[in-house]
Amino acid sequence: MDIEATAPTPPRAVRAARRVYRHRLPVRLMHWINVVCLTVLLMSGLNIFNAHPALYWGRESTFASPWISFGARNTPNGPVGYTRIGDTEFTTTGVLGLSSSEGGSPMARAFPAWATVPSGQWLAMARHWHFFFAWIFVVNGIAYLLYTIFSRHLARDLVPTRDELRNIGRSIVDHLKFKHPTGDAATRYNVLQSLTYLIVIFGLLPLVVIAGLAMSPRLDTVFTGWVDLLGGRQSARTLHFLAGFGLLLFVVVHVVEVFVAGVWNEMRSMITGWYAIPEERAKKEAQP
Amino acid sequence: MKKSRFLMRARQRDRRHLLRGAVAAAGSALLAGCDRLSQNESFVETLKSAEQLSRAAQKLVAPRSAMAQEFGADQVVQTFRSNGTLSPRDADYVALRDAGFADYRLSVGGLVAKPAELTLEQLRAMPSRTQITRHDCVEGWSCIGKWKGVQLSRILALVEPRPEAKYVLFRCFDSMDGPSLDGRDSRYYESIDLDDAHHVQTILAYDLNDKALPVSNGAPLRCRVERQLGYKQAKYVRAIELVESFAGIRGGKGGYWEDEGYEWYAGI
Repeated sequence: MDIEATAPTPPRAVRAARRVYRHRLPVRLMHWINVVCLTVLLMSGLNIFNAHPALYWGRESTFASPWISFGARNTPNGPVGYTRIGDTEFTTTGVLGLSSSEGGSPMARAFPAWATVPSGQWLAMARHWHFFFAWIFVVNGIAYLLYTIFSRHLARDLVPTRDELRNIGRSIVDHLKFKHPTGDAATRYNVLQSLTYLIVIFGLLPLVVIAGLAMSPRLDTVFTGWVDLLGGRQSARTLHFLAGFGLLLFVVVHVVEVFVAGVWNEMRSMITGWYAIPEERAKKEAQP
Repeated sequence: MKKSRFLMRARQRDRRHLLRGAVAAAGSALLAGCDRLSQNESFVETLKSAEQLSRAAQKLVAPRSAMAQEFGADQVVQTFRSNGTLSPRDADYVALRDAGFADYRLSVGGLVAKPAELTLEQLRAMPSRTQITRHDCVEGWSCIGKWKGVQLSRILALVEPRPEAKYVLFRCFDSMDGPSLDGRDSRYYESIDLDDAHHVQTILAYDLNDKALPVSNGAPLRCRVERQLGYKQAKYVRAIELVESFAGIRGGKGGYWEDEGYEWYAGI
C-alpha cells in the first residue's frame, strides 16, 4: 500500500482507529476520472452498437450469419424482442431487441434506452460522446501507467510476490467464503485482487483501445494489414464489444466487493485516501 | 427476541429497497443529465472538438500517402450491401437511368482554370485503377468490393484547380427527403480535402465487381475515399466543384450527413 513517511496527518476522527493512507491523490483522481469515462464510453458505445446490432468474426460482415444479433419481430401475439447467438434464439422482449423508453411504445432497439447515452437512438450524438471521452480515457490511462511505474505503485502493490502466488489456493477459498483479509494482510491487495487488476490494466484496457482504433479506416493504414492481427475489422468490432463487457463485469464485481468489504470505509479510502484496517478476526475465532 | 429479529430483517429489507431506489434514481438522473447535455449547444461543441484532435492525430500517425489495405479477389462479396438511397427518384436521374446513362455528363467546375464536362465514355477511356478494398459503414458493418474507376487526381489535373481551392465538393442526384417540392435542396453532397482528393486510391468508380456499378451502389459514378467511412463515398455523383470553403453550402457543414450532426472528418 501507499504508506509513506510523508503521508499527511490523518484528521482527528481518523486517528482513533488504526488507519492507513491507502490511495495517494493522483490514483484517487485518476480513478474517478475513469469512473466517468467508462460509464459514458460503455453507454454511448451501446448506442453506437444499436445502429447495427450484430457482430461478426473476420474482415467483413457476413450479414446472413452474425455470431450474435439482436432484433424484433412481429408475432400474432404482438412484437417480441430476440437475442440470437449462433442458431439459438432467446426471447428477450423488454430488455434486448425490443424495449420502450419511459412511457413510450415498444421500439426495436438492441440495448434499451436506460442503458445508452443519449437515451434515444442517435448515432451521431453517441459518437461525439464516445470519441470525446475516449480521448480523456486514453490520456488518463497513459498518465496512470506512467505514474504506476515511476511511483513504484506497480512493483510494490500490484505485482504479487512469489509467496502470494504460492498461496493462491487459499485466497480462492477465502473469496468463495466471502472472508476478507484483516489486520496486516488487509494493508496489501490480496493476490486475486492484484492479478485481476493486472489483467484489467495490461489485458482488457489495451485490448478495448486497440480494437477500437482498429475500426478506424485511417488508422488501419498505419501499417498495412495490422488489423488482420486481430482477425480483421469485424473481429476487432467483436473484440471491442467483448472487452467492453469484460470491463463491465470487472466493474460489477469490483462494486460488489466494495459493498461486501464495507462501502463507507472503501469509499472514504478512494475519496480521502484513508482506510481503516479491519481488526484481526483470528483472535476472536481462536476462542471456543 | 423473535420480534427484534423480525424488525432487523425488515430494516435490512428497507435499506435494500432504499439502496435500490437510490441507484435507480441516480441512474435516471445521469441519463436525463446526458440527454439534456446532448441538447446544449456549447456542450456539444465541446464534445465535437475531439474531431479536430482525432483528425490531427490520425494525420500524424498515418501520413498523407498511407495506403488503405487491399485484398485478394477471394475476399470479394458478390452482393455488395447498399445503404442510404437505393434508387433516386429525382426526375433528372430517372431520365438518365432509363436511357442507360448515355446522356450522363460529369461536370467539373468551381475554382478551376478549365471547367470540363465528361461523358462516361470519356471517363472510361482515361487510365483506370482497380482496387479491392473494404467499405466501413458508420453503422459498424464492413463489405469488401472490387472497384474500378478513374483517379480523382487525373480529373483534377485536367481542370487545373486554382490555388485558393481547398476542398473537392461532390454534388449528387439523390434527394434524401424525396424529390424536393418546396425548392429546399436535400440532394446528397459530400466534400473532402485536397490530401484525400489527390490520394492514389481516391477514385471515381464506374465498375463494381467487374460489372457496371448497379443503381443501388451509386450508378453511374461514385466516389471512393478509402480511408474514411461509408458516408464520405458519395454515390450518384452529378458534379464536382472545387471550393475554398463549404460554409455557405446548404447546412454549411460540408455534407448531407455532416449537416445532420455527423463528423466531417470520418476517419474513425
